[in-house]
Amino acid sequence: MIEFRNVTKSFENEIVLKNVSFRIRRGETKVILGVSGSGKSTILKLILGLIRPNSGQILFEDQDITRLTEQELGDVRKKIGMVFQEGALFDSLDVCENVGYRLYEDGHLQDTEIEQVVMRILGFVGLEEAIDKMPAELSGGMKRRVGIARALVGTPRVVLYDEPTAGLDPITKRTIVDLMIKLRDVEGVTTVFVTHDLHAAGIVASEYAETASDGRTLFRKGGDNLCLLNVQFIMLEDGNICFEGRYEDLMASQLPFIRRFVT
Amino acid sequence: MGNTIRTLFAAPYRFLLLAVWEIQSYTVLSIRAIGNLFTRPIYMREIILQMERIGVGSLTIILLTGFFTGAVLGIQSESALRRYGAVSITGQLVAITLVRELGPVLSALMVAGRIGSGIASELGSMVVSEQINAMRALGTDPTRRLVTPRMIATIMMLPILTILCNAVGMTGGWIIARYKLLLSSSQYWSDSLNALELSDVFGTLLKPIVFGFIISMTGCYVGLRTYGGTEGVGRSTTQAVVSASILVITADFFLNNLIIYLTPFINR
Repeated sequence: MIEFRNVTKSFENEIVLKNVSFRIRRGETKVILGVSGSGKSTILKLILGLIRPNSGQILFEDQDITRLTEQELGDVRKKIGMVFQEGALFDSLDVCENVGYRLYEDGHLQDTEIEQVVMRILGFVGLEEAIDKMPAELSGGMKRRVGIARALVGTPRVVLYDEPTAGLDPITKRTIVDLMIKLRDVEGVTTVFVTHDLHAAGIVASEYAETASDGRTLFRKGGDNLCLLNVQFIMLEDGNICFEGRYEDLMASQLPFIRRFVT
Repeated sequence: MGNTIRTLFAAPYRFLLLAVWEIQSYTVLSIRAIGNLFTRPIYMREIILQMERIGVGSLTIILLTGFFTGAVLGIQSESALRRYGAVSITGQLVAITLVRELGPVLSALMVAGRIGSGIASELGSMVVSEQINAMRALGTDPTRRLVTPRMIATIMMLPILTILCNAVGMTGGWIIARYKLLLSSSQYWSDSLNALELSDVFGTLLKPIVFGFIISMTGCYVGLRTYGGTEGVGRSTTQAVVSASILVITADFFLNNLIIYLTPFINR
Protein backbone atom coordinates (compact mmCIF):
# COMPACT_ATOMS: atom_id res chain seq x y z
CA MET A 1 0.00 0.00 0.00
CA ILE A 2 2.81 2.41 0.97
CA GLU A 3 6.39 1.81 -0.06
CA PHE A 4 9.58 3.77 0.52
CA ARG A 5 12.33 2.99 -1.99
CA ASN A 6 15.79 4.33 -1.10
CA VAL A 7 14.38 7.58 0.22
CA THR A 8 16.86 10.24 1.30
CA LYS A 9 15.77 13.51 2.88
CA SER A 10 17.91 16.33 4.18
CA PHE A 11 17.14 19.73 5.68
CA GLU A 12 19.79 22.29 4.74
CA ASN A 13 23.00 20.32 5.33
CA GLU A 14 21.62 17.74 7.75
CA ILE A 15 20.62 14.34 6.37
CA VAL A 16 17.56 13.09 8.25
CA LEU A 17 16.80 9.93 6.27
CA LYS A 18 19.47 7.97 4.41
CA ASN A 19 18.36 5.57 1.69
CA VAL A 20 15.42 4.35 3.73
CA SER A 21 13.31 1.52 2.29
CA PHE A 22 10.29 -0.22 3.81
CA ARG A 23 6.82 -1.34 2.89
CA ILE A 24 3.45 -1.01 4.66
CA ARG A 25 0.84 -3.54 3.60
CA ARG A 26 -2.91 -2.97 3.62
CA GLY A 27 -4.31 -3.49 7.13
CA GLU A 28 -0.85 -3.42 8.70
CA THR A 29 0.12 -1.34 11.71
CA LYS A 30 3.61 0.09 11.35
CA VAL A 31 5.07 1.52 14.55
CA ILE A 32 8.01 3.81 13.86
CA LEU A 33 10.27 4.31 16.86
CA GLY A 34 13.29 6.51 17.36
CA VAL A 35 14.69 9.29 19.46
CA SER A 36 13.69 12.93 18.89
CA GLY A 37 15.01 14.27 15.60
CA SER A 38 15.55 10.81 14.13
CA GLY A 39 13.24 11.51 11.17
CA LYS A 40 10.05 9.79 12.40
CA SER A 41 7.72 12.73 11.70
CA THR A 42 9.56 13.37 8.43
CA ILE A 43 8.38 9.94 7.22
CA LEU A 44 4.74 10.91 7.84
CA LYS A 45 5.17 14.23 6.05
CA LEU A 46 6.74 12.41 3.11
CA ILE A 47 3.81 9.97 2.93
CA LEU A 48 1.39 12.91 2.79
CA GLY A 49 3.50 14.76 0.23
CA LEU A 50 3.89 17.75 2.57
CA ILE A 51 7.62 17.59 1.85
CA ARG A 52 9.48 15.96 -1.01
CA PRO A 53 12.46 13.60 -0.74
CA ASN A 54 15.88 14.55 -2.14
CA SER A 55 16.03 11.18 -3.84
CA GLY A 56 14.16 7.89 -3.95
CA GLN A 57 10.55 6.96 -4.54
CA ILE A 58 7.47 6.90 -2.32
CA LEU A 59 4.65 4.74 -3.64
CA PHE A 60 1.07 5.01 -2.45
CA GLU A 61 -1.16 2.30 -3.92
CA ASP A 62 1.58 1.66 -6.54
CA GLN A 63 1.64 5.32 -7.63
CA ASP A 64 4.86 7.33 -7.20
CA ILE A 65 3.71 10.39 -5.29
CA THR A 66 7.06 12.20 -5.31
CA ARG A 67 6.41 13.64 -8.75
CA LEU A 68 2.79 14.66 -8.25
CA THR A 69 1.71 18.30 -8.23
CA GLU A 70 0.08 19.81 -5.14
CA GLN A 71 -3.31 19.49 -6.85
CA GLU A 72 -2.74 15.82 -7.76
CA LEU A 73 -1.59 15.14 -4.20
CA GLY A 74 -5.05 16.27 -3.05
CA ASP A 75 -6.53 12.97 -4.31
CA VAL A 76 -3.90 10.98 -2.41
CA ARG A 77 -4.42 13.00 0.78
CA LYS A 78 -8.18 12.30 0.67
CA LYS A 79 -7.37 8.64 1.30
CA ILE A 80 -5.12 9.43 4.28
CA GLY A 81 -6.04 10.78 7.71
CA MET A 82 -3.36 12.49 9.76
CA VAL A 83 -3.32 13.04 13.50
CA PHE A 84 -0.78 15.74 14.35
CA GLN A 85 1.33 15.88 17.48
CA GLU A 86 -0.66 18.54 19.36
CA GLY A 87 -3.86 18.00 17.38
CA ALA A 88 -3.14 21.02 15.11
CA LEU A 89 -6.77 22.11 15.36
CA PHE A 90 -7.66 25.37 13.62
CA ASP A 91 -7.88 27.98 16.38
CA SER A 92 -10.49 30.10 14.64
CA LEU A 93 -12.92 27.21 14.03
CA ASP A 94 -15.06 25.37 16.58
CA VAL A 95 -14.91 21.59 17.05
CA CYS A 96 -17.73 20.98 14.56
CA GLU A 97 -16.02 23.06 11.86
CA ASN A 98 -12.65 21.45 12.65
CA VAL A 99 -13.93 17.89 12.42
CA GLY A 100 -16.14 18.61 9.40
CA TYR A 101 -13.48 20.75 7.70
CA ARG A 102 -13.00 18.38 4.77
CA LEU A 103 -16.77 18.15 4.17
CA TYR A 104 -17.27 21.93 4.37
CA GLU A 105 -14.44 22.34 1.85
CA ASP A 106 -15.91 19.75 -0.53
CA GLY A 107 -19.25 21.54 -0.42
CA HIS A 108 -21.22 18.44 -1.42
CA LEU A 109 -23.26 18.21 1.78
CA GLN A 110 -25.66 20.60 3.51
CA ASP A 111 -24.54 22.05 6.86
CA THR A 112 -27.10 19.92 8.75
CA GLU A 113 -25.84 16.76 7.04
CA ILE A 114 -22.24 17.67 7.92
CA GLU A 115 -23.26 18.21 11.55
CA GLN A 116 -24.79 14.71 11.61
CA VAL A 117 -21.57 13.17 10.25
CA VAL A 118 -19.49 15.17 12.74
CA MET A 119 -21.72 14.08 15.61
CA ARG A 120 -21.36 10.42 14.61
CA ILE A 121 -17.56 10.68 14.45
CA LEU A 122 -17.38 12.62 17.71
CA GLY A 123 -19.43 9.78 19.21
CA PHE A 124 -16.69 7.37 18.09
CA VAL A 125 -14.08 9.33 20.06
CA GLY A 126 -16.53 10.02 22.92
CA LEU A 127 -16.73 13.79 22.57
CA GLU A 128 -20.27 14.58 21.39
CA GLU A 129 -20.69 17.21 24.09
CA ALA A 130 -17.71 19.23 22.77
CA ILE A 131 -19.20 19.92 19.34
CA ASP A 132 -19.71 23.66 19.94
CA LYS A 133 -16.49 24.29 21.84
CA MET A 134 -13.48 26.20 20.54
CA PRO A 135 -10.05 24.47 20.55
CA ALA A 136 -8.86 26.83 23.31
CA GLU A 137 -11.55 25.40 25.62
CA LEU A 138 -10.33 21.80 25.20
CA SER A 139 -7.78 19.90 27.29
CA GLY A 140 -4.68 18.33 25.66
CA GLY A 141 -6.29 14.89 25.50
CA MET A 142 -9.54 16.25 24.06
CA LYS A 143 -7.59 18.08 21.37
CA ARG A 144 -5.93 14.81 20.33
CA ARG A 145 -9.29 13.05 20.23
CA VAL A 146 -10.79 15.83 18.11
CA GLY A 147 -7.68 15.53 15.92
CA ILE A 148 -8.39 11.81 15.52
CA ALA A 149 -12.04 12.58 14.74
CA ARG A 150 -10.97 15.07 12.07
CA ALA A 151 -8.65 12.49 10.52
CA LEU A 152 -11.54 10.00 10.29
CA VAL A 153 -13.83 12.15 8.16
CA GLY A 154 -14.10 10.70 4.68
CA THR A 155 -13.27 7.18 5.99
CA PRO A 156 -9.57 7.19 5.09
CA ARG A 157 -7.81 3.90 4.29
CA VAL A 158 -4.69 4.93 6.17
CA VAL A 159 -4.34 6.93 9.40
CA LEU A 160 -0.99 8.44 10.32
CA TYR A 161 -0.35 9.28 13.99
CA ASP A 162 2.44 11.70 14.86
CA GLU A 163 3.21 11.13 18.55
CA PRO A 164 -0.45 11.27 19.61
CA THR A 165 0.34 10.33 23.22
CA ALA A 166 3.21 12.76 23.81
CA GLY A 167 2.81 14.87 26.95
CA LEU A 168 -0.42 13.23 28.13
CA ASP A 169 -1.22 11.74 31.53
CA PRO A 170 -1.42 7.90 31.70
CA ILE A 171 -5.23 7.74 31.71
CA THR A 172 -5.67 10.06 28.72
CA LYS A 173 -2.80 8.28 26.98
CA ARG A 174 -4.64 4.98 27.44
CA THR A 175 -7.83 6.53 25.96
CA ILE A 176 -5.92 7.61 22.84
CA VAL A 177 -4.25 4.20 22.44
CA ASP A 178 -7.62 2.45 22.86
CA LEU A 179 -9.03 4.66 20.11
CA MET A 180 -6.15 3.71 17.83
CA ILE A 181 -6.68 0.00 18.51
CA LYS A 182 -10.45 0.33 18.01
CA LEU A 183 -9.92 2.13 14.72
CA ARG A 184 -7.45 -0.49 13.54
CA ASP A 185 -9.46 -3.57 14.54
CA VAL A 186 -13.06 -2.41 14.20
CA GLU A 187 -12.71 -0.14 11.16
CA GLY A 188 -9.82 -2.04 9.52
CA VAL A 189 -7.69 1.04 8.98
CA THR A 190 -4.01 0.77 8.01
CA THR A 191 -2.03 2.54 10.74
CA VAL A 192 1.32 4.28 10.83
CA PHE A 193 2.15 5.17 14.43
CA VAL A 194 5.17 7.39 15.05
CA THR A 195 6.25 7.54 18.67
CA HIS A 196 9.07 7.32 21.15
CA ASP A 197 6.63 6.08 23.77
CA LEU A 198 7.51 2.39 24.00
CA HIS A 199 4.74 1.72 26.53
CA ALA A 200 2.01 2.98 24.17
CA ALA A 201 3.61 1.09 21.29
CA GLY A 202 3.65 -2.07 23.44
CA ILE A 203 -0.10 -1.81 24.11
CA VAL A 204 -0.79 -1.37 20.37
CA ALA A 205 1.27 -4.51 19.73
CA SER A 206 -0.28 -6.65 22.47
CA GLU A 207 -3.97 -5.75 22.68
CA TYR A 208 -6.78 -6.00 20.19
CA ALA A 209 -10.37 -4.79 20.10
CA GLU A 210 -13.53 -6.66 19.26
CA THR A 211 -17.16 -5.70 19.25
CA ALA A 212 -19.36 -7.48 21.79
CA SER A 213 -22.89 -8.61 20.98
CA ASP A 214 -24.32 -5.57 22.80
CA GLY A 215 -22.25 -3.24 20.60
CA ARG A 216 -19.61 -2.41 23.19
CA THR A 217 -15.94 -2.49 22.25
CA LEU A 218 -13.91 -4.93 24.30
CA PHE A 219 -10.12 -4.86 24.54
CA ARG A 220 -8.33 -8.21 24.90
CA LYS A 221 -4.70 -9.10 25.42
CA GLY A 222 -2.34 -11.32 23.45
CA GLY A 223 -3.16 -14.43 21.47
CA ASP A 224 -2.56 -14.99 17.78
CA ASN A 225 -5.09 -12.43 16.69
CA LEU A 226 -4.46 -11.38 13.08
CA CYS A 227 -4.55 -7.69 14.11
CA LEU A 228 -1.57 -8.26 16.39
CA LEU A 229 0.34 -10.36 13.86
CA ASN A 230 0.06 -7.38 11.51
CA VAL A 231 1.87 -5.01 13.88
CA GLN A 232 5.39 -4.34 12.65
CA PHE A 233 8.06 -2.14 14.23
CA ILE A 234 10.73 0.04 12.67
CA MET A 235 13.52 1.61 14.70
CA LEU A 236 15.36 4.61 13.30
CA GLU A 237 18.94 5.45 14.23
CA ASP A 238 20.88 8.29 12.61
CA GLY A 239 18.60 8.33 9.57
CA ASN A 240 18.83 4.58 8.99
CA ILE A 241 16.49 1.74 9.85
CA CYS A 242 18.37 -0.28 12.45
CA PHE A 243 15.55 -2.71 13.20
CA GLU A 244 12.47 -3.99 11.41
CA GLY A 245 10.29 -6.72 12.84
CA ARG A 246 7.78 -7.68 15.53
CA TYR A 247 7.49 -6.32 19.05
CA GLU A 248 8.82 -9.49 20.67
CA ASP A 249 11.90 -9.41 18.40
CA LEU A 250 12.46 -5.76 19.23
CA MET A 251 12.37 -6.44 22.95
CA ALA A 252 14.73 -9.39 22.51
CA SER A 253 17.16 -7.52 20.27
CA GLN A 254 20.73 -7.23 21.55
CA LEU A 255 21.65 -4.23 19.39
CA PRO A 256 23.22 -1.64 21.78
CA PHE A 257 21.06 1.24 20.50
CA ILE A 258 17.86 -0.76 20.90
CA ARG A 259 18.89 -2.01 24.34
CA ARG A 260 19.43 1.60 25.42
CA PHE A 261 16.07 2.58 23.96
CA VAL A 262 13.99 -0.22 25.49
CA THR A 263 15.59 -0.11 28.91
CA MET B 1 45.63 33.89 -3.08
CA GLY B 2 42.71 32.10 -4.71
CA ASN B 3 41.43 31.04 -1.32
CA THR B 4 41.64 34.60 0.07
CA ILE B 5 39.61 35.98 -2.84
CA ARG B 6 37.06 33.19 -2.43
CA THR B 7 36.72 33.92 1.29
CA LEU B 8 36.46 37.66 0.61
CA PHE B 9 33.58 37.21 -1.82
CA ALA B 10 31.85 34.31 -0.05
CA ALA B 11 29.78 36.46 2.32
CA PRO B 12 28.53 38.98 -0.31
CA TYR B 13 27.82 36.06 -2.66
CA ARG B 14 25.76 34.28 0.00
CA PHE B 15 23.90 37.51 0.79
CA LEU B 16 23.16 38.08 -2.91
CA LEU B 17 21.99 34.50 -3.33
CA LEU B 18 19.69 34.81 -0.32
CA ALA B 19 18.30 38.14 -1.56
CA VAL B 20 17.53 36.69 -5.00
CA TRP B 21 15.91 33.65 -3.37
CA GLU B 22 13.76 35.86 -1.11
CA ILE B 23 12.61 38.02 -4.03
CA GLN B 24 11.83 34.94 -6.07
CA SER B 25 9.79 33.32 -3.26
CA TYR B 26 7.92 36.58 -2.58
CA THR B 27 7.11 36.92 -6.28
CA VAL B 28 5.93 33.31 -6.57
CA LEU B 29 3.64 33.72 -3.53
CA SER B 30 2.27 36.99 -4.96
CA ILE B 31 1.60 35.45 -8.37
CA ARG B 32 -0.15 32.47 -6.79
CA ALA B 33 -2.24 34.75 -4.54
CA ILE B 34 -3.33 36.83 -7.55
CA GLY B 35 -3.85 33.73 -9.71
CA ASN B 36 -6.27 32.34 -7.12
CA LEU B 37 -8.65 35.19 -7.94
CA PHE B 38 -9.42 33.61 -11.31
CA THR B 39 -10.17 30.07 -10.15
CA ARG B 40 -12.59 28.53 -7.67
CA PRO B 41 -13.08 28.27 -4.73
CA ILE B 42 -12.97 31.87 -3.54
CA TYR B 43 -13.41 32.17 0.21
CA MET B 44 -15.92 35.04 0.37
CA ARG B 45 -16.65 34.53 4.08
CA GLU B 46 -12.95 34.80 4.88
CA ILE B 47 -12.62 37.92 2.70
CA ILE B 48 -15.51 39.65 4.48
CA LEU B 49 -14.13 38.62 7.88
CA GLN B 50 -10.73 40.06 7.01
CA MET B 51 -12.28 43.26 5.62
CA GLU B 52 -14.07 43.73 8.93
CA ARG B 53 -10.84 43.10 10.89
CA ILE B 54 -8.71 45.34 8.70
CA GLY B 55 -11.22 48.09 7.94
CA VAL B 56 -13.35 48.48 11.05
CA GLY B 57 -10.54 47.31 13.33
CA SER B 58 -8.12 49.96 12.07
CA LEU B 59 -10.64 52.81 11.98
CA THR B 60 -9.83 54.30 15.39
CA ILE B 61 -6.06 54.52 14.91
CA ILE B 62 -6.46 55.89 11.37
CA LEU B 63 -8.94 58.58 12.46
CA LEU B 64 -6.78 59.65 15.40
CA THR B 65 -3.62 59.70 13.28
CA GLY B 66 -5.32 61.67 10.50
CA PHE B 67 -6.93 64.18 12.83
CA PHE B 68 -3.81 65.06 14.79
CA THR B 69 -1.59 65.08 11.69
CA GLY B 70 -3.94 67.58 10.04
CA ALA B 71 -4.03 69.68 13.22
CA VAL B 72 -0.22 69.66 13.50
CA LEU B 73 0.06 70.63 9.83
CA GLY B 74 -2.22 73.58 10.55
CA ILE B 75 -0.12 74.68 13.55
CA GLN B 76 3.22 74.23 11.78
CA SER B 77 2.10 75.97 8.60
CA GLU B 78 1.20 79.09 10.59
CA SER B 79 4.80 79.80 11.61
CA ALA B 80 6.09 79.10 8.10
CA LEU B 81 3.39 81.00 6.20
CA ARG B 82 3.12 84.03 8.52
CA ARG B 83 6.62 85.11 7.48
CA TYR B 84 5.30 85.60 3.94
CA GLY B 85 1.90 86.88 4.99
CA ALA B 86 0.30 83.80 3.48
CA VAL B 87 -1.54 82.31 6.45
CA SER B 88 -4.70 82.39 4.37
CA ILE B 89 -3.46 79.49 2.22
CA THR B 90 -3.23 77.13 5.20
CA GLY B 91 -6.10 75.09 3.76
CA GLN B 92 -4.18 74.52 0.52
CA LEU B 93 -1.08 73.41 2.36
CA VAL B 94 -2.95 71.01 4.64
CA ALA B 95 -5.00 69.52 1.81
CA ILE B 96 -2.14 69.02 -0.62
CA THR B 97 0.23 67.62 1.99
CA LEU B 98 -2.36 65.24 3.34
CA VAL B 99 -3.89 64.03 0.10
CA ARG B 100 -0.66 63.72 -1.86
CA GLU B 101 1.60 62.28 0.78
CA LEU B 102 0.80 62.03 4.45
CA GLY B 103 -2.69 60.51 4.20
CA PRO B 104 -1.68 57.47 2.11
CA VAL B 105 1.72 56.94 3.74
CA LEU B 106 0.63 57.40 7.35
CA SER B 107 -2.44 55.20 6.85
CA ALA B 108 -0.24 52.53 5.28
CA LEU B 109 2.32 52.70 8.08
CA MET B 110 -0.39 52.46 10.74
CA VAL B 111 -2.01 49.51 8.95
CA ALA B 112 1.44 47.90 8.50
CA GLY B 113 1.94 48.13 12.26
CA ARG B 114 -1.47 46.79 13.13
CA ILE B 115 -2.46 44.46 10.28
CA GLY B 116 0.94 43.44 8.88
CA SER B 117 2.05 42.29 12.31
CA GLY B 118 -1.30 40.63 12.95
CA ILE B 119 -1.17 38.65 9.71
CA ALA B 120 2.45 37.58 10.32
CA SER B 121 1.79 36.46 13.90
CA GLU B 122 -1.44 34.66 13.00
CA LEU B 123 0.08 32.75 10.07
CA GLY B 124 3.33 32.24 12.00
CA SER B 125 1.42 30.65 14.89
CA MET B 126 -0.41 28.43 12.41
CA VAL B 127 2.92 27.31 10.94
CA VAL B 128 4.56 26.45 14.26
CA SER B 129 1.46 24.66 15.58
CA GLU B 130 1.29 22.66 12.31
CA GLN B 131 -2.11 24.09 11.36
CA ILE B 132 -0.77 24.96 7.90
CA ASN B 133 0.40 21.36 7.42
CA ALA B 134 -2.97 20.13 8.69
CA MET B 135 -4.70 22.40 6.18
CA ARG B 136 -2.62 20.97 3.36
CA ALA B 137 -3.18 17.43 4.63
CA LEU B 138 -6.92 18.10 4.49
CA GLY B 139 -6.62 19.15 0.85
CA THR B 140 -6.74 22.94 1.18
CA ASP B 141 -4.22 25.26 -0.43
CA PRO B 142 -3.16 27.69 2.36
CA THR B 143 -2.37 30.38 -0.22
CA ARG B 144 -5.93 30.26 -1.48
CA ARG B 145 -7.54 30.06 1.94
CA LEU B 146 -5.30 32.44 3.91
CA VAL B 147 -3.22 34.67 1.63
CA THR B 148 -5.64 35.67 -1.14
CA PRO B 149 -8.47 36.80 1.21
CA ARG B 150 -6.05 38.92 3.26
CA MET B 151 -4.60 40.45 0.10
CA ILE B 152 -8.04 41.36 -1.32
CA ALA B 153 -9.29 42.68 2.02
CA THR B 154 -6.26 44.92 2.60
CA ILE B 155 -6.29 46.23 -0.99
CA MET B 156 -9.98 47.08 -0.68
CA MET B 157 -9.94 48.59 2.80
CA LEU B 158 -6.75 50.68 2.73
CA PRO B 159 -8.02 53.17 0.08
CA ILE B 160 -11.19 53.69 2.16
CA LEU B 161 -9.13 54.21 5.31
CA THR B 162 -6.88 56.64 3.44
CA ILE B 163 -9.86 58.70 2.25
CA LEU B 164 -11.16 58.83 5.83
CA CYS B 165 -7.68 59.78 7.09
CA ASN B 166 -7.51 62.62 4.55
CA ALA B 167 -10.99 63.87 5.46
CA VAL B 168 -10.41 63.77 9.20
CA GLY B 169 -6.96 65.34 8.76
CA MET B 170 -8.43 68.23 6.83
CA THR B 171 -11.02 68.63 9.58
CA GLY B 172 -8.17 68.77 12.13
CA GLY B 173 -6.49 71.45 10.03
CA TRP B 174 -9.81 73.34 9.80
CA ILE B 175 -10.22 73.41 13.59
CA ILE B 176 -6.75 75.01 13.92
CA ALA B 177 -7.38 77.38 11.02
CA ARG B 178 -10.77 78.43 12.36
CA TYR B 179 -10.05 78.77 16.08
CA LYS B 180 -6.30 79.45 16.24
CA LEU B 181 -5.52 81.22 12.99
CA LEU B 182 -8.99 82.79 12.89
CA LEU B 183 -9.57 82.03 9.21
CA SER B 184 -13.12 81.74 7.99
CA SER B 185 -14.45 78.24 7.38
CA SER B 186 -15.47 79.01 3.81
CA GLN B 187 -11.99 80.33 2.98
CA TYR B 188 -10.32 77.26 4.46
CA TRP B 189 -12.55 74.71 2.72
CA SER B 190 -12.69 76.45 -0.66
CA ASP B 191 -8.90 76.88 -0.60
CA SER B 192 -8.43 73.24 0.35
CA LEU B 193 -10.71 71.81 -2.27
CA ASN B 194 -9.61 74.15 -5.08
CA ALA B 195 -5.98 73.25 -4.44
CA LEU B 196 -6.60 69.60 -5.24
CA GLU B 197 -6.28 68.33 -8.79
CA LEU B 198 -7.49 65.14 -10.39
CA SER B 199 -3.95 63.74 -10.25
CA ASP B 200 -3.98 64.18 -6.44
CA VAL B 201 -7.16 62.15 -6.14
CA PHE B 202 -5.69 59.54 -8.52
CA GLY B 203 -2.52 59.39 -6.43
CA THR B 204 -4.31 59.15 -3.10
CA LEU B 205 -6.28 56.16 -4.42
CA LEU B 206 -3.46 54.43 -6.32
CA LYS B 207 -0.96 54.52 -3.47
CA PRO B 208 -3.07 52.65 -0.88
CA ILE B 209 -3.86 49.93 -3.42
CA VAL B 210 -0.13 49.30 -3.93
CA PHE B 211 0.61 49.73 -0.21
CA GLY B 212 -2.22 47.35 0.71
CA PHE B 213 -0.74 44.71 -1.58
CA ILE B 214 2.72 45.21 -0.07
CA ILE B 215 1.51 45.09 3.55
CA SER B 216 -0.65 41.99 3.14
CA MET B 217 1.84 40.06 1.03
CA THR B 218 4.75 40.91 3.32
CA GLY B 219 2.75 39.84 6.38
CA CYS B 220 1.71 36.58 4.71
CA TYR B 221 5.16 35.85 3.27
CA VAL B 222 6.99 36.44 6.54
CA GLY B 223 4.31 34.60 8.54
CA LEU B 224 4.38 31.51 6.34
CA ARG B 225 8.18 31.31 6.58
CA THR B 226 8.14 31.30 10.38
CA TYR B 227 10.34 28.74 12.11
CA GLY B 228 11.57 28.18 15.65
CA GLY B 229 8.42 28.04 17.78
CA THR B 230 6.95 31.00 19.66
CA GLU B 231 10.26 32.88 19.51
CA GLY B 232 10.07 32.60 15.73
CA VAL B 233 6.54 34.06 15.76
CA GLY B 234 7.83 37.13 17.61
CA ARG B 235 10.70 37.46 15.15
CA SER B 236 8.33 37.21 12.18
CA THR B 237 6.00 39.82 13.63
CA THR B 238 8.79 42.37 14.00
CA GLN B 239 10.22 41.51 10.59
CA ALA B 240 6.83 41.92 8.91
CA VAL B 241 6.32 45.43 10.31
CA VAL B 242 9.87 46.58 9.53
CA SER B 243 9.91 45.10 6.02
CA ALA B 244 6.43 46.35 5.14
CA SER B 245 7.22 49.88 6.41
CA ILE B 246 10.46 50.08 4.42
CA LEU B 247 8.79 48.69 1.30
CA VAL B 248 5.90 51.16 1.65
CA ILE B 249 8.27 54.14 1.87
CA THR B 250 10.37 52.83 -1.02
CA ALA B 251 7.28 52.20 -3.14
CA ASP B 252 6.06 55.72 -2.26
CA PHE B 253 9.18 57.19 -3.87
CA PHE B 254 8.58 55.35 -7.14
CA LEU B 255 4.83 56.00 -7.10
CA ASN B 256 5.43 59.73 -6.62
CA ASN B 257 7.66 59.73 -9.70
CA LEU B 258 5.03 57.81 -11.64
CA ILE B 259 2.24 60.17 -10.58
CA ILE B 260 4.31 63.26 -11.42
CA TYR B 261 4.98 61.74 -14.84
CA LEU B 262 1.28 60.99 -15.38
CA THR B 263 -0.03 64.31 -13.97
CA PRO B 264 -0.15 66.19 -17.33
CA PHE B 265 -2.14 63.33 -18.87
CA ILE B 266 -4.52 63.01 -15.92
CA ASN B 267 -5.20 66.73 -15.51
CA ARG B 268 -5.58 67.33 -19.25
